[in-house]
Amino acid sequence: MAEPVLAIERVSRRFGGLLAVNDVSLAARDGSITALIGPNGAGKTTLFALISGFLKPNSGTIRYHGADVTNEPPHRMARYGIARTFQIAQPFAGLTVHENILVGAHLRHPARRAAIAAAEQVGHELGLGARLDRPANTLTVAERKRLELAKALATQPTLLLLDEVLAGLNPSEIRDIVPVIRALCRRGITIVMIEHVMQAVMRLAEHVFVLAEGRIIAEGSPAQIAADPGVVEAYLGRGAAEKLGGARAN
Amino acid sequence: MKELAPVFAVVIAMAAVPLLGVSNVTLNFLVVALIAALAGQGWNVLGGYGGQYSFGHAAFFGTGAYVTAVLQVRYGVNAWIAFALGIGGGALVGAVVGGLTFRSGLRGSYFALVTLAFAEVLRISASVAPITGGGVGTLVKLDLHVVALQFQSRAVFYWMILALVAVALIVTRLIERSRFGVWLIAVRENEDAAMALGVNTTAVKLAAMVISGAITAAAGCFYVQYFLFIDSGLAYGTWISIEALLTPIIGGVGTVFGPLLGALVVRGLGEGARMVTGGEAPGLDLVVYGCVLVLIIWFAPRGLIGAFTQLRSRVMGSAGIVETSRG
Repeated sequence: MAEPVLAIERVSRRFGGLLAVNDVSLAARDGSITALIGPNGAGKTTLFALISGFLKPNSGTIRYHGADVTNEPPHRMARYGIARTFQIAQPFAGLTVHENILVGAHLRHPARRAAIAAAEQVGHELGLGARLDRPANTLTVAERKRLELAKALATQPTLLLLDEVLAGLNPSEIRDIVPVIRALCRRGITIVMIEHVMQAVMRLAEHVFVLAEGRIIAEGSPAQIAADPGVVEAYLGRGAAEKLGGARAN
Repeated sequence: MKELAPVFAVVIAMAAVPLLGVSNVTLNFLVVALIAALAGQGWNVLGGYGGQYSFGHAAFFGTGAYVTAVLQVRYGVNAWIAFALGIGGGALVGAVVGGLTFRSGLRGSYFALVTLAFAEVLRISASVAPITGGGVGTLVKLDLHVVALQFQSRAVFYWMILALVAVALIVTRLIERSRFGVWLIAVRENEDAAMALGVNTTAVKLAAMVISGAITAAAGCFYVQYFLFIDSGLAYGTWISIEALLTPIIGGVGTVFGPLLGALVVRGLGEGARMVTGGEAPGLDLVVYGCVLVLIIWFAPRGLIGAFTQLRSRVMGSAGIVETSRG
């Protein structure tokens, strides 16, 4: 089997007395969509911060295309090709949509003209073509999520970390954005996504990791995860799986 | 070069002023206003574009001034070379202060306080150190020759400071249109988001501080050549730190012409207040400063230029407040 794009090996991160990420190992295969799910406070976003260099792990290794990138700062991770979106969209509020994307585009295009063209193309690709000259703080929630994606995409990543890009969207907006994510994957970008919208996880992800209280408690295909009594208990409490009488959690 | 056209237009128009036969008093007023503008342009690179509000730009102004003066007076260095080294000194102070503060991750008000502290430490050091002349200050010998960078005519001094301002305007404009500028603005708007997009925020802020220090130091170098005297209060006093941040804030932070416009308006109002009272109420110009600042922050938080563009876009019915990136 080929080297996984991302391989996390026994990574832990402690905040004072709280072990937020506890001995986590996971891997994402090249060109796949991997989902990371788990109840609130499970440590999913912390794990993303560790992968993207915003936090340093207390122990463990993070490998990207086989190379050890464990203690690299965020800007270097982005240069290597790891892009992340933020759970709470972080637009450059005072700038236009086009200028927002331009910041990311400049990473691979030092010349202004090329960067402007690249930013415009990414904007159109993500359906923000009509919004390019609007200030970012006038966008709707769904448009902000798209902008978040566009900025990350403009850095031309090979690994994209999506932190709840679907949260806060209504069903029709989710239906609109799911094909966008799938198209990115088809272009060869490996995607790791934190997601609470199970319907989308089921449709998109090839492989699912379940994180609870900082530890991986289950992994497998979406169907396997849905049938796992341990996962049901992590979400609903001890004994829930039994009480539900084996009913499928969906 | 199309993008530099507004800069050239403004500079050429201003260069014509001495040819109109204005009085020496007016020229003196303009020179002093342009010194403030230049100091403010330095501040604007770091504070206006980078969002790092410094309260201690006197550290750069004073270093430029002292390096220029002390090298000439104590070491017999040629004035032109001393001037250039003064600018370099400001850049160096920028690198040291920036290196210490940004690497330790100081942001916002902490950054502002640390810069203020650096300027104060330098002021107190300069007021006791023998090399700066201590409390007496340093006097540059009058020598009205081009070699000594001193001129008989006020107009030449005026053109000289105008040339410095022009260089700073061009530098600012080029920054605005470069990748470095885009990244610098990104740092101002959202540092974490910038980092995630591959921006080395520490390096970008550091570079901005070096450029900022060099420009503000140039104002200090010129100050010495114009007034031929410097002491610790003039060099490192809070007056210049305030002047450096007031001119861009009033004119328009993060705009090319903000500091220049702000300096002319503030200085003009101060001078007007002094004329109206006929010198009977010393310090009234400072009251005017304060009032203008309050009014600007209240009614036009983006400064005069920001208020103007907002007004224009409201009239034209466009939503864009920020200048679009397509040129």
